[in-house]
Amino acid sequence: MARAPKGKLDLDPATVRHARSLARKAGRPIVTLAKKHTTVAVERATLRLAGLSGADDEGSPWVNRLMDTVRADVGLEHGVALPVWDALLRHEAEDLTTLAQKAAAGSVTFRLPEGKDADRARAASRRQVARGLKTVDKRRVERDRLIRRHGDAPRQPWIYLIVATGDIYEDIPQAQQAAREGADVIAVIRSTGQSLLDFVPEGATREGYAGTYATQENFRLMRAALDQSSKELGRYVRLTNYASGLCMPEIAALAGLERLDMMLNDSMYGILFRDINPIRTFVDQRFSRQVHARAGIIINTGEDNYLTTADAIEAAHTVTTSQLLNEYFAKEAGLEDWQLGLGHAFEIDPAVPDSFRLELAHALLAREVFPHAPLKWMPPTRHMTGDVFKGNLLDGFFNLAGALTGQGILLVGMMTEAVVTPWISDRDIALQNVRYVMEAAGRLHEDFHPAPDGVINRRARQVLGESIELLDTIVDDGLLDAIASGTFGLMKRPADAGRGLEGVAAKSSAYYNPATEILDAQEVL
Amino acid sequence: MSVVMPYGDTTGDGMVQLSFTLPMPHSKVAEGSALQLAHKMGMDPALVVHAKPMGPDFTFFVVYGRVNHVVDPSTVVVVERDYPLLTPKEVNAAVKRSLRRRLTVVGACIGTDAHTVGIDAILNIKGFAGEKGLEYYRELKVVNLGAQVSVPQLVDRARAEKADAVLVSQVVTQRDAHLLNTREMSAAFRESYPSDRRPLLIVGGPRFDENMAVELGVDRVFGRGTTPGEVASFIAHRLAGAKVAS
Repeated sequence: MARAPKGKLDLDPATVRHARSLARKAGRPIVTLAKKHTTVAVERATLRLAGLSGADDEGSPWVNRLMDTVRADVGLEHGVALPVWDALLRHEAEDLTTLAQKAAAGSVTFRLPEGKDADRARAASRRQVARGLKTVDKRRVERDRLIRRHGDAPRQPWIYLIVATGDIYEDIPQAQQAAREGADVIAVIRSTGQSLLDFVPEGATREGYAGTYATQENFRLMRAALDQSSKELGRYVRLTNYASGLCMPEIAALAGLERLDMMLNDSMYGILFRDINPIRTFVDQRFSRQVHARAGIIINTGEDNYLTTADAIEAAHTVTTSQLLNEYFAKEAGLEDWQLGLGHAFEIDPAVPDSFRLELAHALLAREVFPHAPLKWMPPTRHMTGDVFKGNLLDGFFNLAGALTGQGILLVGMMTEAVVTPWISDRDIALQNVRYVMEAAGRLHEDFHPAPDGVINRRARQVLGESIELLDTIVDDGLLDAIASGTFGLMKRPADAGRGLEGVAAKSSAYYNPATEILDAQEVL
Repeated sequence: MSVVMPYGDTTGDGMVQLSFTLPMPHSKVAEGSALQLAHKMGMDPALVVHAKPMGPDFTFFVVYGRVNHVVDPSTVVVVERDYPLLTPKEVNAAVKRSLRRRLTVVGACIGTDAHTVGIDAILNIKGFAGEKGLEYYRELKVVNLGAQVSVPQLVDRARAEKADAVLVSQVVTQRDAHLLNTREMSAAFRESYPSDRRPLLIVGGPRFDENMAVELGVDRVFGRGTTPGEVASFIAHRLAGAKVAS
C-alpha cells in the first residue's frame, strides 16, 4: 500500500535528512575554526555588554579607542577582558569610560595579568559583562510581556516594511504611519556603506544616504516610538535592523540591549557581497548569532541576494544549500526553529514562461524543507524597472505566491524599487496590494495542492537534488574553498583576502572572554 | 511634425497623469489644493480622479488633465550614446581580443563624499537596475577604493594598479563640490601622466550634466540612472575598440 503523501510536495524524508547531514558536515569545520579565533568586533561587543558606550570628540567610539590601545600593548589574541579588568583592578581608572579616555590619551599601559591577578580580572570582567547579558535577558522577558499585553500580529505572513530616510526623526513618523497602515515589522535600512565601517556611530543621527545609521540611540528612539504604536494599535509592532558588516557582533549586542526583535544576519552575506574576510565573518557571525539566540531575536538570512546576481532559476539550488547551511550555523549557535527567518526571493525573470509556477515550486520547497521556520519572503528587485505599473503587478503576484506557500515574513515590495527610496504613497500603494491579496486569497493555500507529478513538484525535487549534489562538493572541497571558487552568488572570495582580516587573531592559550563563556554555556544568570 | 505634446487618446489632447501626496488630512480643501497645484503646474483642465487619506496627516492624489505646453524636439540637446551597448560576454571578448590581458578599472568617491552608493552600483557585483556590476566581468579587474579618497591617493593607486580607466562618483553637490572635485581630479591626472598614457577618466553622479565632459576635463560624464552595462560598454568601446554596430 502506498504511504500517505507528506506535505504538498511529498518530499522523501530520507533525502531531506541526508541534505541536513551534509550541511552539518560542511559547517562543522567552520565552527571549529570560528571557535579558535577572535576579532576586534567580538571584543568590542564584549566591552559594550560591559556597559562601555559613547565616543570621543571626533566621534570615535570609546570601545574602539580602548580596544586599539589594548591591542597595541598586549595584542588581540588574549581577548580584551583580562588586560582591561586587570587595569581597573590596578586602579588605573574608576570605570570603563575613564579607562578608555586615559587609554586614548596614552596614560595607561595594559599588561596581560597572570596567576591570581588573572583570576581576579576574569571574575571582575565576568561580573560586569553578565550585567549586560542580564539586561538582554530582561529585554526578552519585556518583549514577551508586551506581546501578551498588546497582542501579536493578527496573521501570517507578518507584513515587513522598510523605512529609510537617513534621518531618524523622519523615520519615526514614517514607521508609525506604516504600522498604522498594517505593517507588523518595521525595518530601518542602514546608510549605504555602514557595513564597511569598523566602528558603530554614536548618538541620534540625521544624515545618512539611502538609509539611517544603526546606532544604539537610534535603536532606542525607534523602539520607544514603536512601543507607542503598539499600544495605540493593540498589537506588538516588531523592529528590525542589520547585524552584518564589520561590526556585526556589536550591532547584535546593541540590538539585544535595546529590544530589537529581528535582525538581518546571514552566515555568508558579508563575505560574498561586501568582500569581508571569510574568517572575520564566520567568527563575528557565531558571536552575533549567540547573542540573538539569547535575546530571543528572529534572524533573517540573506539568500535572496544570491538571486540578485545569479540567475534565479539556474541558482535556485544555491539558495536551498545556503538555507541548510544557515540553519546549521544558527542551531549550532543556539537559535531555535522559530528564530530562523530563512531568506528566499521572487526573482525569476517575468519574461520566462511558467515563471510563476517555478516561483511557487521554489517557495514551496523552502516551506517544506523547513516546516517550522518563519521563512522570509523577499520581493522582486532584479526585474523591477522604472515601469511602476508593471512593478505593482509583479508585486501582486509575489504577494500571491507568499500567501499560497505559507511564508512567515513578507517584505513588502515597492513598485518604485530601482527608482527612488520609497515615498509615503509608494508604501501605501504597496500595503494596499498586500491587503487585497491576503483578503482575497489569504486562505487559498487550503485548496492549493500541486499535482503530484506536475511542474511544481518535479521542479522542487530537482532543486533539492541539485542542492544535495552541491553540498556533496562542498563537503569534499571544504566550505572555504567553495566560497573562494565562486559557488554562491558567483562571487569568488578567498579565505586570506577581504576586508577586516587585520582584525582577526587566533586565540592564545590565555584567551578569556566572559561573554562567549556565558553564551557558549547558555548559562542562566 | 515639428512640435509634440502629450497624447492621451487623441492627437494634440495634451493629456497627462500625475500622482502626489499632500501633507494634509483628506478634505474638500485638500482636494481643492491638489487641483490648484495641478493648475499651477500647467494642467488645465485638471481632474482629481482619486483622493485617498493616508493616516491622519497625508492625502494621496491622482490627477488627470491637459497641459498646453509643447516641445520642439529639434531644440533638445542630449548626449547621444555614441558606442554600442554590449553584453558582459561581448565586453569580455572585446577586451580579451584587443588587450590580451585584463583591463583594470580603479573606482572611488573623491573628496569628503562618503556616498559609495553610485560607485558601488556600477562596480559591485550586485549591480544596479538588474545589471551586474563591473566586478562580474571576467576580463575587468576592479579596484574599488570606496569613499573619501583624496585626489593624490587616487592618482597613486591608479599608477600602482596601472589603471586603464578611472571611475569617480560624486553625489554631494553642496557648493558645487562635485564640479570642483572633478576638475581637481582631471588636472591631477593630466599633470602626472603623459597625455597619451593617461587612463580613461569617467565621472558620474545624479546631478551631473552629461554635456560637461570637456569643461571638466574628463572623457565622459554619466548622469542619473546610468547602468553598469553602459559604463562597461563605453570602456570597451574606447579602450578595446568595440565598434558601433551598424
